[in-house]
Amino acid sequence: MLEIKEMRVAYGAIKALKGISFSVNAGEIVTLIGANGAGKSTTLKTISGLLRPQSGSIIFEGREISTAPSYEIVSLGISQVPEGRRIFPRQSVLENLELGAYQRKDYKGIKEDIQQVFSYFPRLAERQNQLAGTLSGGEQQMLAIGRGLMSRPKLMLLDEPSMGLAPLLVQDIFRIIKEINANGATILLVEQNANMALSIAKKAYVLETGKIVLSGSAEELSRNEQVRKAYLGG
Amino acid sequence: MSEFLQQIINGLSLGSIYALIALGYTMVYGIIQLINFAHGDIYMVGAFTGYFAILAGLPFPLVLLLAMVCPAILGMFIERVAYRPLRYSPRITALITAIGISLFLENLGILVLSPDPRPFPQVFTNPPFQLGQVTVSIPQVLTFGVALALMVGLTFFIRYTKTGKAMRALAQDLEAAQLMGVNVDSIISVTFMIGSALAGAAGVMVGILIPRIEPLMGIMPGLKAFVAAVVGGIGSIPGAMLGGMLMGLVETLTTGFISSTWRDAIAFGLLIVILLFKPSGILGKNVREKV
Repeated sequence: MLEIKEMRVAYGAIKALKGISFSVNAGEIVTLIGANGAGKSTTLKTISGLLRPQSGSIIFEGREISTAPSYEIVSLGISQVPEGRRIFPRQSVLENLELGAYQRKDYKGIKEDIQQVFSYFPRLAERQNQLAGTLSGGEQQMLAIGRGLMSRPKLMLLDEPSMGLAPLLVQDIFRIIKEINANGATILLVEQNANMALSIAKKAYVLETGKIVLSGSAEELSRNEQVRKAYLGG
Repeated sequence: MSEFLQQIINGLSLGSIYALIALGYTMVYGIIQLINFAHGDIYMVGAFTGYFAILAGLPFPLVLLLAMVCPAILGMFIERVAYRPLRYSPRITALITAIGISLFLENLGILVLSPDPRPFPQVFTNPPFQLGQVTVSIPQVLTFGVALALMVGLTFFIRYTKTGKAMRALAQDLEAAQLMGVNVDSIISVTFMIGSALAGAAGVMVGILIPRIEPLMGIMPGLKAFVAAVVGGIGSIPGAMLGGMLMGLVETLTTGFISSTWRDAIAFGLLIVILLFKPSGILGKNVREKV
């Protein structure tokens, strides 16, 4: 579904990604783990078209998208739930969800999908007319995920959905991610919480200072000695 | 008391002009954090478009429409050729470009239209009417009415249309808006279009209110409207309306009760005092976001 080949990205003179290659098959949950500054968010931003790769290619369903504008990438079926949630704080929960469906014109379908999001996250239904900025951190993360679903993505990019959340909430969020995947969306998950990420993913890649240093099935990697030491706390 | 009411009436019509111009400053700033110094000159272009449209014998509604459409096209064109290429350059670069565009438009105006002031043809020759002890002129009522209608229209547009919602989203978080599939370029274009159309309308209304126009007429009102936008809280649409009205009121009240020589000094002084107590402006945003 998504194939990345030798992708290089730089911020000015700083090389953030030094030629990474990986692939995501339809229906899978794939995770990209690694420390702060390894280049995980850069990878997702480049896929979404917010950053341009210097070289390499990004192929989504057989189409080269590395030069496509971000709005086109969304309409092709890739949505991103960005790091730090990035909800629109001065707009209502409902408006945030509507903005997630910005490219769509099937108003009936949008209404149905809002109900679908509310069934994943009943808390959002209770607060639909509240300003998003007044939600708690966990609710904001729910809103960010719900908003990401509103474009009916084939592929959903999730950037650190567990960041700053209480352990119980993290479990909730990951349960929903699995459910979203079971309902048909392919997921590319970026996480620092390697334990959680490996527990739901099928395939995993380990990113270290702009390079993929390890890859394999999530099960393999969670037994790998190096990974255990560096990312799983022994 | 009647003198006071009279100045309030005068202030509201003048304030309408400032408010219409201030909206363009605040909308553009809210979205791309650019102080569009050429905005006052767009207002001048609106005044001259209206001038020629009236001389051509067009009816007033059409004059107003043309005076909004032409500046709107010009505003979009300026954004496209001058500001868009600098979108990712340091902010100061775009600011200097805006000053350059402003000087260009002013001098082009002097060259093409001559620097001499021209009397704005009077469309409404009906005598002013008495409202109690207060005298109200048709242009005053019309200026206030047109401004009010445009501001109500804008508020509905921003609140309830899809494009309006995208504009607000973009103003809060450009990257996140892009991730929603918002085409940033086209929304910025629409923002310049609307802001410039409002300034154009202000240009015609000022011609009718104070019938004297010249190529440099945009400098001072542009500056005052900018200050009004800052006092109202830059980036805030109701703030720009409020700031503009306040600016107009302070000006006319100072002229009426203190001295016309001190008008600008006292008006700006008062605004400085407001900013001392409320640095982000009266309706300025002071949102704390959760991390």
